[in-house]
This record gives sequence, structure tokens and C-alpha cells, in this order.
Amino acid sequence: MLDIKNLHVSLEEEGKEILKGVDLTVEAGRVHAIMGPNGSGKSTLGYVLSGRDGYEVTEGSAHLEGADLLAMAPEERAAAGLFLAFQYPVEIPGVGNMTFLRTAVNAQRKVRGEEELSAAEFLKVIREKARMLKIDADMLKRPVNVGFSGGEKKRNEILQMAILEPRMCILDETDSGLDVDAMKLVAEGVNALRDAGRGFLVITHYQRLLDHIKPDVVHIMADGRIVKTSGPELALEVEQNGYGDILAEIA
Amino acid sequence: MTQAQAEPDITRARLAALSRPDGAAWSNDIRRMAEARVRTPGLPTRRDEYWKFTDPASLTQAEAPAAAVFDAGDEAPLYGGIDRLKIVFVDGAFDAGASDALEMEGVEIDLLSEVLSKDTHWACDLYGTLETRGQDPVARPLAALNTAYATNGAVIRVTGKAPKPISLVYLHQAETSDAILHHLVKVERGGGVTILENGPAAARFNKCMEIDVADGAAFHHVRVQGRDHERRCISHMFARLGVASTYKSFTLTANGVLTRNENIIEIAGDNASAHVAGAALGDGASGPFHHDDTVFVTHDAAHCESRQVFKKVLRNGAKGVFQGKILVKPGAQKTDGYQISQALLLDEDSSFQAKPELEIYADDVQCSHGSTTGAIDERALFYLRSRGVPEGEAADLLVLAFLAEAIDEIEDERLQEDILTRLRQWLERRRT
Repeated sequence: MLDIKNLHVSLEEEGKEILKGVDLTVEAGRVHAIMGPNGSGKSTLGYVLSGRDGYEVTEGSAHLEGADLLAMAPEERAAAGLFLAFQYPVEIPGVGNMTFLRTAVNAQRKVRGEEELSAAEFLKVIREKARMLKIDADMLKRPVNVGFSGGEKKRNEILQMAILEPRMCILDETDSGLDVDAMKLVAEGVNALRDAGRGFLVITHYQRLLDHIKPDVVHIMADGRIVKTSGPELALEVEQNGYGDILAEIA
Repeated sequence: MTQAQAEPDITRARLAALSRPDGAAWSNDIRRMAEARVRTPGLPTRRDEYWKFTDPASLTQAEAPAAAVFDAGDEAPLYGGIDRLKIVFVDGAFDAGASDALEMEGVEIDLLSEVLSKDTHWACDLYGTLETRGQDPVARPLAALNTAYATNGAVIRVTGKAPKPISLVYLHQAETSDAILHHLVKVERGGGVTILENGPAAARFNKCMEIDVADGAAFHHVRVQGRDHERRCISHMFARLGVASTYKSFTLTANGVLTRNENIIEIAGDNASAHVAGAALGDGASGPFHHDDTVFVTHDAAHCESRQVFKKVLRNGAKGVFQGKILVKPGAQKTDGYQISQALLLDEDSSFQAKPELEIYADDVQCSHGSTTGAIDERALFYLRSRGVPEGEAADLLVLAFLAEAIDEIEDERLQEDILTRLRQWLERRRT
């Protein structure tokens, strides 16, 4: 599904190298987690894959189902099936959440040659998914993320994911700023989307999100590289001993 | 020294190119006094404080600079789906054939050219009256010039709730036309009317509207200033508001080499409400664009509310100006005044200058004002694109979001939709 090979990325302005050769393959139907200390490059990986400005890929490649992600505009990557749930979802005053969601869905449908959904059809689709995430009509009417609590913003990200039905989902510290109940709700939303045709990359600091979204594979990232890959037990090890032991072991 | 002599020369040259229409004795008097208000202080120049950001030279010169007539092709006309009474002016001349019959229940409609020749008419109390009041504390010689030389206009008296909007349609057909129109609107106690305006009107357009809104009456106004790129316009709206009355005006300006829209509102009765809003979109790639909103709201009664909401979207060297003032007179307690002027600059060549002013002589009031200049929010743009919205569409969505607060000031949903359609078309034509 997602194939990343020897990916080197620098900050465009400072020239500082953040990713120093990342190799990672996520298979369809599997959930991979990336853990790592602050500044290891986890979030950068998510941004580079989704096409945010400010990064320069100096070496390596990233493909989604064989398509060269790095050659595409952000909207093309989305239409190809990539989705990034933001760590800090952006507030957009003046754009209604519903308008935003429908515009996004229809833009993607258009690229895929499907017919656009009417307002009524869209309403039907969104209602059920919003209910599952406890997103009420008021939240759908309000401007995108404006005045939303931390938990509401993250639920809104998962709602977008549920409606856009991407092939490859990247969750960037979706657990940050969530209390236990909100985290359960978000995890339920994610788990409902797990299926054989979809891959997940869950970026997180802590093991606790992985109690709710059970990963198949856990990677440790440090200083711009994947330094260790193992099963779910690796997350528990991090939880108990911190990153120090693992990093020392590699050094 | 040579410059000091230039000012009276400008005024003299401009007046020499005009002739005062002859009417009834009362109107001739009004026109003569108006002309005196032009001669002293004289027509404005760039050196006037009030014209610091906008060069009035092309508005004051003797002859109108030529302006190409824009061909909109088979584009659907504005307000096309709205049942309205049309009054059509072509280069400032009334076109009876294109206009509807000037008859409507609860409304009297006359033409200014006829009214000013009548021995008696209610208009004698309004013509030039609010314009004269509006000369203090800031002189507005181009408005006085309008009163002195206006060739025509609509004279509207509303005694009930007007069943449909009155639509003033301004067509531009001659390349060097120079139109001066003056409208009078008197909304009697408890009455209500919506006035629509659209079109470029002429190569150069000087328009004045005096609006007397009586106690409990309502005046709504939606204006679109046409698609011509080279036309010039100076407009004045002078309004006086009675007790518990409502004034709501919205203007959309896209294109036009030079536009200055002045709104001078005197809130004279308690519990009245005045809202003035504008959205201006300028693209220097289609020709120079300079847009100036100048607003002066005077609170002279208690428990009144006023809102000024002006938004500008500028690109390719387009220029925007906002001068807005809220004056709260002694005794105008519990005034709620709000003013916002914002520009969205789509590149670094465009510019916006704003001069917000508050002058308050009452102690129990609430007034706020703000002015911002900014670019498209790159984070929001990326967020939209990451969800699959193409860059152009995403940018348009953010522009419309920026304008939303001004558009929301249009009460009628059909009119709002009409304006939004125009906005979307303007954006789509420029999509990169």
C-alpha cells in the first residue's frame, strides 16, 4: 500500500536534514504505529507524505499503491487515497464545516469520475457517521474547527476520514490533548474503518492510544530514521522503560 | 505658487463645462446655493486631507476620461430572477422604453427632471438638504456639484411597505459619457422599501442619493457597480434616520479604474439602526483598480446601533482605501458602534490604506473598530488541499469566507444568492 524508500528530507529554509533515510512499508489491512521521542521526525514524515510546503526531499521515494506521491499536489494525493489526520487541525472562520466536507467529498469524486453528491444525499451520508462520533448538528453547521475543543477537533478529523474513506490513513498524534473518553470515541471511529483494503500509520508519543487502536507493527523512530521494528509488545516496552534503553541498545 | 493657483482653475474649468438646468424658482435657488458650496472651498485635490489616499483629479477634471464599454456577452442580468420595478438610465439619460411604468402600490415615483420644474413638490424639502448637512464637518464639494448640476434621478416617496424592490439600472453605452444623477428617497413613517442599483452608468458617474427614513421606517439598499474596467465613479449616500428606523446598505464593487463611495449617515432618532457594508474585488491585471470607501456615521440619539463592515480582495497591484468614522454626539448614550475594515491581499503588489476614526462625546457607549490587512492563510489552504480540494477552489472558498461578514449584511436571501453568484463568477474567471 504505502512504500517509503530511503527518504531524506530537509527543511527548505534552513537546509537542516530531518529525515535521514526512512524505509517503511505499510500493507493493506494492517495498522503500523510509529513511536519516538520529540524531534525524531515523526510529524515531518506525515507532512511530507501529504505534501505540505517547506520541505525538500533530497533522496528517496514514497509510493501509494505504486503511484509516486512526491510528484503529486496535496489534493492529488488526497484523491489517490491518502489522508492525514492533523495533530493541530486548522480553524477556518467563515467556511461552514458541512460546506467544507461536501466540497472535499465532491472534489475527490470528481477526480475519480464519480457523480457529485447533492446536498440531500450528502446529508444522509454524514448523519450516521457524525452520530457515531457524537458530533451534533451544531458542530456540523459551525465554521470548520472554530471554537471547537481539542477533543471536538480530533473527532472532526476522524469524521472527515470516515466520510472521505481513504485507502491510507496517517494519524498524527491524534491522542494529544484528549481525555480518556474522547480517546475511546476517536479510537472507535478509527477501528470502525479498519478493513482488509485499508492501511494505517499511527504516529504517537505514548502507548495509551495503542491500547485502543491495536497495531500490527510498531516502529521506533529516532533522529530521522526507523531504528527498530517489532510487534505490539514494543509499545509496551517503551511505556515501561522509555526510549532510553532502546536507543542505547542500538547505539 | 503655480500649484496654489491650480485649485480655483480646476473648479472653474469643471463648472465651465457644465450648465445648470433651469427649473422652478425653488429648485433654481437650491442649485445656485449648491454651486456656491462647490466654489468655496473648491473641488478637492490630492492635497486635501480627505483625499489623501485617493487622487480626485479624474473626477474633477472638466471632461470625463474615455472608458471602453464592457460587453458582458450573454451573461444573465443581475437581479434577473427578482420581481422588481426597473428604472433605466443610459449614460445618465432616462430610458422610458426600457423602464417599467413608474407605478407601485404605496409608492410615488417621479423623475427629478420633472419634479424640479414643478411649482410645488414634497422634494423641495429634501433636495440638497441632507447633502448640505453632510458638508459639515467635512466639505464634500463633489456632492454639492451633483446637487447643482444633476440632470435627472428617481424621486421616490414610500408611504407603505413597497411590494417589490425598485431597481435603478445604469447602462453605459458612450465612451466619454459623464453622468450626474441625484435620487431622493423619502420613506414615510412605518414604510419600507428596497432599492437596488446596478451597472456602471457612464464613463464617469457622479451619483448622489438623499434618503430620509422616518420613524419606524426601513430602507434597504443593494448595489453592484458593474463590470466595466475603465469607468470612474464618485457616489454619495446621505441618510437621516428617525426613531426606531432601519438603514441597511450593501455594495459590491468588482472592477472600475476608480471608485469612491461615500456614506454619510445621521442617526437622529432613538433606537435606530444603520448598517453599511461593502465588498470590493480588484484585479490590477484587468486594468488599474482603486476603490475607496468613505463612511461617516453620526450618532445624535440614544440607544442606537451602527455597523460598518468593509472587505476588500486585491491582487495584481489593486489599491483599496477605507476612511470610516463614528461620531458620537453628547447625549447619544447607549450607542453601540462597530466598524471593521479588512483587506485580503492576494499578492505583494496590492495595497490597502485604512483610516478608522472614533470621536465620542458621551460616556455610556460601546464602540469598537478594527482594521486588518493580510494574505490567504497558507495553513488553511493546505488543510483544504489535503482533503482533496484543488488549490484554486480552496483559495476561492477562503476568499468567500473572508467576505462572508459583509455578504451577511444583505437581508434578502435571493439578493444574497445573486451577489454570491457574481462573486463566484469573478473568482472563477481569475482562477489560476
